[in-house]
Amino acid sequence: MDENNIILRLDNICFGYPGAGKKVLDHLNFSIHVGQKVGLIGPNGSGKSTLLHIVMGLLRPDSGHVEFLGQRPETEKDFRSIRRQVGLVFQNADDQLFSPTVLEDVAFGPLNMGMSPDQASEMSVRILNELNLNGFENRITYKLSGGEKKLVALATVLVMEPKVLFLDEPSTGLDESTREHIIDILNRLDITIVMVSHEYDYLARTTQTIYTLNNGKVEYCCNSEDLHTHYHSHPAGRMPHGHEDHR
Amino acid sequence: MIQETFAIGSSPMHRMDPRLKIVAATVFSVQTAISDHFLTLITALILGVAMVILARLKFFLVLKRLLIVNGFIFFLWLVLPLTFPGEAIFSLGPLDYTLSGVILSARITLKSNAILLSLIALTGTSYLATLGYALNQLKIPDKIIYLFLITYRYIFVIEQEYQRLIRAARVRCFEPGTNLHTYRTYAYLVGMLFVRASARAERVYHAMLCRGFAGKFHTLRQFSFTKSDLVWAFTLSAGLMFMGYLEWMKTTLF
Repeated sequence: MDENNIILRLDNICFGYPGAGKKVLDHLNFSIHVGQKVGLIGPNGSGKSTLLHIVMGLLRPDSGHVEFLGQRPETEKDFRSIRRQVGLVFQNADDQLFSPTVLEDVAFGPLNMGMSPDQASEMSVRILNELNLNGFENRITYKLSGGEKKLVALATVLVMEPKVLFLDEPSTGLDESTREHIIDILNRLDITIVMVSHEYDYLARTTQTIYTLNNGKVEYCCNSEDLHTHYHSHPAGRMPHGHEDHR
Repeated sequence: MIQETFAIGSSPMHRMDPRLKIVAATVFSVQTAISDHFLTLITALILGVAMVILARLKFFLVLKRLLIVNGFIFFLWLVLPLTFPGEAIFSLGPLDYTLSGVILSARITLKSNAILLSLIALTGTSYLATLGYALNQLKIPDKIIYLFLITYRYIFVIEQEYQRLIRAARVRCFEPGTNLHTYRTYAYLVGMLFVRASARAERVYHAMLCRGFAGKFHTLRQFSFTKSDLVWAFTLSAGLMFMGYLEWMKTTLF
């Protein structure tokens, strides 16, 4: 890969929670190139979410650096400008949606970026339409279903037009149709994506390369195309079918 | 769950600029609370009833809210006249039921009902979120408004978490009783609820930071003060001034 094409680099990152003993991230090195769609898989407690929080500047590493487009953010002010270009969709949509209505929540990011209320409103309506959430503008966020919350949470981040999109366990707790809808949206996006999950199946359908996070380090796992799932269940399980039928 | 049933409607009270409603409700409540004379208080109650009628709210639902408050006031009628010194109307053994206690209870009843009716008609006819944004435009400090809006947003989530904890206890055969085990269990539940609420607050704050939050709360809502709002402002001011005049004239029944 081209060294100049790197959008995000994690350089020798070490991080441990106070009192936990072993470091969660141990001299971790990882680079993401422009336009790459990367999956990051690892067992519970392996530090996947911690890694995302370090990239966003929500947690500061004990040592090492985050580098975004050649810049090394150090202070909260530096990270604020990074956050305009890097989006993070949280695992739990309830953490992300705090405004009373959907439109206000989606417009929160653009307003923080200095857009006028009219511009923010227009951008928000546009992104909601793109995600097939027409008519959701005045819905009350706490009354949305789990799947709707997830889609609106995605809209709140995409409206800021990030260069890189991080998703923390995007498939957790979703029904089949919402999963498919999100997979379809992600596959249509023309931006760099890093998706954290513990489902190979989901990563295989949305990313190109999969890495594992083990013992505090990121290691190359495989190309998504090389994955082959043997165990699967669905209503037509006994009928003759090919694996490609599930794609 | 807060249903905000009074906020649904298209009456003149619903259409009024929420900033005017907040200011009017605040001034009305304070003025009623500091007024003493019965004619002023009865006028306040009539104004409260008039505003509720104008808001075209369901009579039964308003009555239900009034009953809750008057349930507490009922205890005042039981206790105050027995404990307040003054001329006795009748005696219950060693206790005197005094006239001054009755007058005080009547004042509290009139004040509470008038204030509650005005709050139902004025602030109850706007969604809490709208009130939050109206407060923002009235230059109330940002932190108070976050607290207001985020409490409103997460009170449901915290309630769901409480229900989950209660269910977790029930499925393991927990039956509340008057014993140390029950007190300890409830202490754990409440403690865990605080821990979870605090962890969630941190996650929500992180999510806000990720979307460019830098301490300033921006809002999409812009309110416009129309001609009809101006008419309402004059009408409400006239009502408040009339109450002030009655109080100043010391025209009293007692």
